Formats: sequence, C-alpha cells, structure tokens
Amino acid sequence: MRKHILVLLALALGFSFRASAQSFVEGGQVSGSFQTDAQYYMLDKGIGINDLNGKKFGINGFGKVNYTNGNFSAGIRFEAFMPELNGFRSELNGVGLANFFATYDNGFIGMTVGDIYDQFGSGLVFRTYEEWSLGMDNALRGARVVLRPTQGVTLKGVYGRQRFFWAPYLERDMGNDDYRGIVRGMDAEWDLNQSISSLNDSEFKMSLGGSFVSKKQADQSSFYNIPENVSAAAARINLGYGNFAFSTEYAYKINDPSAINNFIYKEGRALMSSLSYSQQGFGAVLQVKRTDNMSFKSMYTGKQNDLDINFIPPINYTHTHSLPSMYTYSTQPNGEMAAQLQVNYTIPRGTALGGKYGTKLAFNMSQVNDIVRDSVAFGNQMALNQAGTLGYTSKFFAVSDHRFFRDINFEVDKKISKDWHLTAQYINLYYDIETIEGHAGSPVVKANIGFMDVTYKINKRQSLRLELQGLWENEVHKGYEVEESEKKDYQKRGDWAFALLEYSVNPHWSFSIADKWNYGNPVEEYRDHYFTGTVTYIHDATRVMLSAGRQSEGVVCVGGVCRTVPASSGVSLTVSTSF
Amino acid sequence: MKKLMTLLLMALMVTGLHAQTKSELPNITLKNLKGKDVNIAKLNNDGKPIVITFWATWCGPCIKEHNALNDVYADWQAETGVKIYSVSIDDSRSTAKVKPVVDGKGWDFEVLLDPNGDLKRAMNVSNPPHTFLIDGNGKIVYQHTGYFEGAEDDLYEEILKIAKKKK
Repeated sequence: MRKHILVLLALALGFSFRASAQSFVEGGQVSGSFQTDAQYYMLDKGIGINDLNGKKFGINGFGKVNYTNGNFSAGIRFEAFMPELNGFRSELNGVGLANFFATYDNGFIGMTVGDIYDQFGSGLVFRTYEEWSLGMDNALRGARVVLRPTQGVTLKGVYGRQRFFWAPYLERDMGNDDYRGIVRGMDAEWDLNQSISSLNDSEFKMSLGGSFVSKKQADQSSFYNIPENVSAAAARINLGYGNFAFSTEYAYKINDPSAINNFIYKEGRALMSSLSYSQQGFGAVLQVKRTDNMSFKSMYTGKQNDLDINFIPPINYTHTHSLPSMYTYSTQPNGEMAAQLQVNYTIPRGTALGGKYGTKLAFNMSQVNDIVRDSVAFGNQMALNQAGTLGYTSKFFAVSDHRFFRDINFEVDKKISKDWHLTAQYINLYYDIETIEGHAGSPVVKANIGFMDVTYKINKRQSLRLELQGLWENEVHKGYEVEESEKKDYQKRGDWAFALLEYSVNPHWSFSIADKWNYGNPVEEYRDHYFTGTVTYIHDATRVMLSAGRQSEGVVCVGGVCRTVPASSGVSLTVSTSF
Repeated sequence: MKKLMTLLLMALMVTGLHAQTKSELPNITLKNLKGKDVNIAKLNNDGKPIVITFWATWCGPCIKEHNALNDVYADWQAETGVKIYSVSIDDSRSTAKVKPVVDGKGWDFEVLLDPNGDLKRAMNVSNPPHTFLIDGNGKIVYQHTGYFEGAEDDLYEEILKIAKKKK
C-alpha cells in the first residue's frame, strides 16, 4: 500500500513539476555516453607473466548523462573500476558517482557548480582535464564564474578542491594521507579584434591574457616548514599578421617545496612560445619551451600526476603507430629546454611529383635537453638540489649537454590511384631511457624506425590495409653483452619488427591480425612474438571491439581508433556508445 | 531519507521522459582559425546539411578521414550544399600546430578549436574520429565513430537523404 502511495506521489510530483516548469522540460534534451573496457588475463610464461597476483579480470567503465536546455546544462558521470585494468592506478579501484555539474550560461554570465574542467592560457598555471584512456582526472570540485562584460573580454574565477581518485572532499581528512589544499584562480582575456570595432576585420590580430592561481594547503610536515599559501601567475600574448602567428606565455611560481622537487625552496618559471606561418598547401610552426621547477600540485606530497594544478605541455610529435610510439617522451617536471619544428607541405595535384591527387609531405624535429643547474651556498658550503635549501640557480637561456630526447621524422602520404593509398614515415630517435623510464644504467635508445601503411580499396565496401614497421637500435643488438643482473632492464630493447593486416567491410566490420616481434633483443628469452587478433564492429556511434592475444606496452590503433594498452596476455573487450 | 530519494528520482524520471533525446547542438562557443567566435547552437547553413567532425593532429585515422573528405568536399558542396565543420580537440600540446597542419594538408573545411574539450564533452565524444550529421533544423540525425576506408560514402548517403527531404 505504502508503495502505491509513493508511486502516486511521485507521479503527482513529476507532473506538477512538469506543469510548473513546462518550458524547462519541453526544450530539454538528454544525451550521454557509455564505455566499458574489460580484460580477462591469462598466464603467459613466454612473455614473463608467471603470476596473475589473483587478478583474472579487470574492468574500467563509465556512463555519463547530460541534460541541456537552452542556457542550462547539467551532467553526471558514474565510474566503475572492478578492479581497474592492469596499468591503471590501483587507487581507482571502486565504483561511484565520480563527477557532476550544473551550469547556467547566458553569454554575459556563466556559472558552474560541481566538477569543473577548464584551463587558463596554455595551462602553465591552471588546467583541469580528464583522459579516460589514461585514468587521469584532476577535476576541480567547487564553483566557477565566467563574466563577459563586453565583446572580447572574458573574466574567469574558479574555486574548489581537486579530484584525487575516490578520496572524500573533506576539509582535512584526519588520519589519512590526504591533505589536499584548496585551489583558487582568476583569469582575464582581452581579444582586441573583437573588442575594438575598427579591428574586427583587420589582418592584424592581438589578444592578451593574464592569470593568477593560488593553493592553500596545510603544513603537515614535522621536518620542513611548508608554505601554506603558494601562488603562481602567468601572462600571455597572441599576435597575428596575415599568414603569420606568434604566441607566448610566461609563468612564475613562488617557492613550493614538494616531493617532486625534493623539497627545495626555489621559485618556478616557465616560458613557452610558438611562431607559425601558413598558407594553402604549406604550413610551418616552430615552438620553444623552457620550464624550471614548475610542478604545481594541490598536495605537496603528491607523486606522478597526482593532483596537478597545471599542465606542462610536451611539445614533441605524437606518434600513434605501434613501434614509433613505443618510446614516447614524457615531460620532466623539474626542468626542460625543448624545441620543435614542424613543416607540412602538399605538392599540388597535376604536377610531376604531385600526381593526380597531390602528395602530402611532413617533417618534424623535436629535441628536449635538461636545464643547467648551479649549486647554491648552504651554510658555508655549496649544495646542489639539496632538500631544505634554495636548490640551485639556473641561467635562463643555458642548455645542458644532457639530452633527454630527440625525434627527427619525415612522412609521405600519397593517394596513388583511386584504390591505392600509401603512408610512409622514417624516424630517427634518441631516447634517454634512464631518465624517462627510470632504468638506472641502461644505455640510451638510439634507433631508426620506419613504417609503411598501405591501403587497397577492393570495392566500394571492402578494403585491405597492411602495416609494416621496423625498429632498429644502433648499439643494442642481438650480440650486445648484458650482465645477468641487468637483464630486467633490457625488456623490449633491441630490434623489432611489426606487421598488421586489416580487412574492413564498411560500415560495420573490421578484422585484423598483427604480430610484433622483438627479434633482436640482446637477451634471448625476451625475443618474443606478440600476436593479436581483433574484431571490431561499429554501428553508428556504437563500437564493440574484441581482441585476443599478447599485448606489449604501447599505443594500439585498430578499427580507426587509438588507445594506450599495458603489457598483458588474454582477451579484451571494449564496448562504447553515445546517444 | 531513502524514500525521499526514491520519490525525487521517480519524479525526475517522469519529467525526464518528456525531455527529448533527439539532440540539438549545445550552446558552446569555440574559436575558428581566424580567432572569431562561433556559437555551435547557432550554426546555420540556410537549411542545408551540416557535418561536424572531431579530430586531432595526433590521430592517424582522423587524418585519413579528413583527407578523404577533402577529396570529395567540392563535389558534395555542389550537389547538396553541405558544410563541414572540423573540430580539433588538440590541447595546448598541439594547438599551435593545428593551422599549419590544416593549411599544409590543404583542407578546405571550417576548422574550430576545442582545446579545453568543452564541445567534446557536451557532444559525448569519447574517441576521435567522431562524425555528426545535422539536418536543416539543427537536429543531429546521424553519428558515426571510427574511420574505415570508404566510410565517407556512407556519410554521403545519409547527407543525400536529408538533402532530398528538403526539396
């Protein structure tokens, strides 16, 4: 009986709400998306998986629903890691409502409460974002106000506490290691071309911006005197004239001793600039970056990517094919000098080299070195990067001889005929594996990598795609002497070959088989084959992907989409849909 | 408390049932490559179809899709008047590269920048490439994720359906 009354009440409430807010509901729309990535793990002595540690299954899943109606929107996202897939952080294990928000924005004022994703400028002092394939989410739970008082001017204010896996958002979670601080930030941007009517259609473009961010954290250390308020500021300018564009951003952070910088009391600085020129058929961009002690987290004990308030963009080329992406550079938070040049050119159709369809060429070069650090006086002696001191001094434009990374690559992309398409790339790589992956004493990876991706259109519905790739190291080959105790550091080293054959039937099906072979590893037991078979089914915005076999660490692109996968053996299933 | 929650949930469901699931475009403003603001909810192609396709400079299949679309774009425009908006979800790692890449590859689409992923989240895009077809009334009538060689032909069939309906 009580149940019936409840139902009646609910209906009445629902309908009355409908009546009183007719317009609110009438124009409203619901949309959302789901994704589940599941894997069944199997023992595979051949690639060194001798123990599953009691973990036979891993499942990552999310479901999100958005409601929008004119100027109003709201959404929720559930997440389930039961338990998390291998390669994801174990703190993710759990199920719950991970994210919710409500926004009202009428163009003049926008307000959001809940979980906020935003960035100021290029993110050097503030950026919150979510990347499902990495299990990364540093959303700010709190409030945001955006004001646009006049055309071309945007003012933003944010306030809140960041997501840290499933830790509760409490003021101070006593007895726990969670001492997350509060993050507050302001940003102003002025676009002169939108603001000043005489500049509206000018060839000359200019916009200016500035941001200020501060964190308030509790000093929990009995050893160091941790500053309870740490602030950072940044200024940026974007200029354009005709086909040229220039942008630069400079950021400064006061002393912020943390686990990442070894508790030194040095200020942080970052500078990032880019200059580009482009016209139809040709584009070139040069980027330079200098960062020094710019890790900025809302918990000073945070490691890895925990609770990052800012984002230091890596500016190297992002490879997506299997072997080229095996040695992917990751940003060194304590300091880098980096530069990149990219040129894209299309040889026009109807020329000797362009052929009937034109030929697309791309060149990219990027290099990252360490900054130069000089010791500072500590008492009556000199110390370098010692905890509790000012750490070091660093000349702004000095580049260390210590090179972390270099990638020089050249790509040709050519539609040969109506049915044949070819993409080929050559890469010359330098990768300091000791610094980037922490394998102490491992020799630098110096390699030549090549790949070729050929597509043949059988008919309107069916096509075949063949990928051939090779990675050849200059020094670490089959005959390279490895000490028994150092063998572990040579997993995945040496020469590799990769082949993939994909048969797809539009618009639904794709079948592929691939083998990745570490044939030239200096350690015989690591000369393994990683064989995989994959079936993908796509229907509109729904994708189902089933694959079986061995996967080594890296990025895999099959069925038209890419994602990163950890090393494993077994069967995996991905289902995703959006509506 | 639990009962109250149930009650509220049910009430929400009743109201929710009357909300539409056929989506219109979200009220989000992005910048194009000329630095001009473009409000997605107000996209307008004089009643002709609009295609919105999400991509990134680091996404191989997206580049293939864009190259394929670019090859047929002029013909499609002549026949149906369709307009293609290409939304780059490149973040600050690669925003500066978008224009040089677009120009260097010679693409003719109107390219919009979504560095903060606002439109990506609002339109529930998980993995690029993800393509939407919008009819003359601003309603999403078709969407597709991933790219295989020749997928543009299926998109064109869908475009023809709504372009014909117009006449």
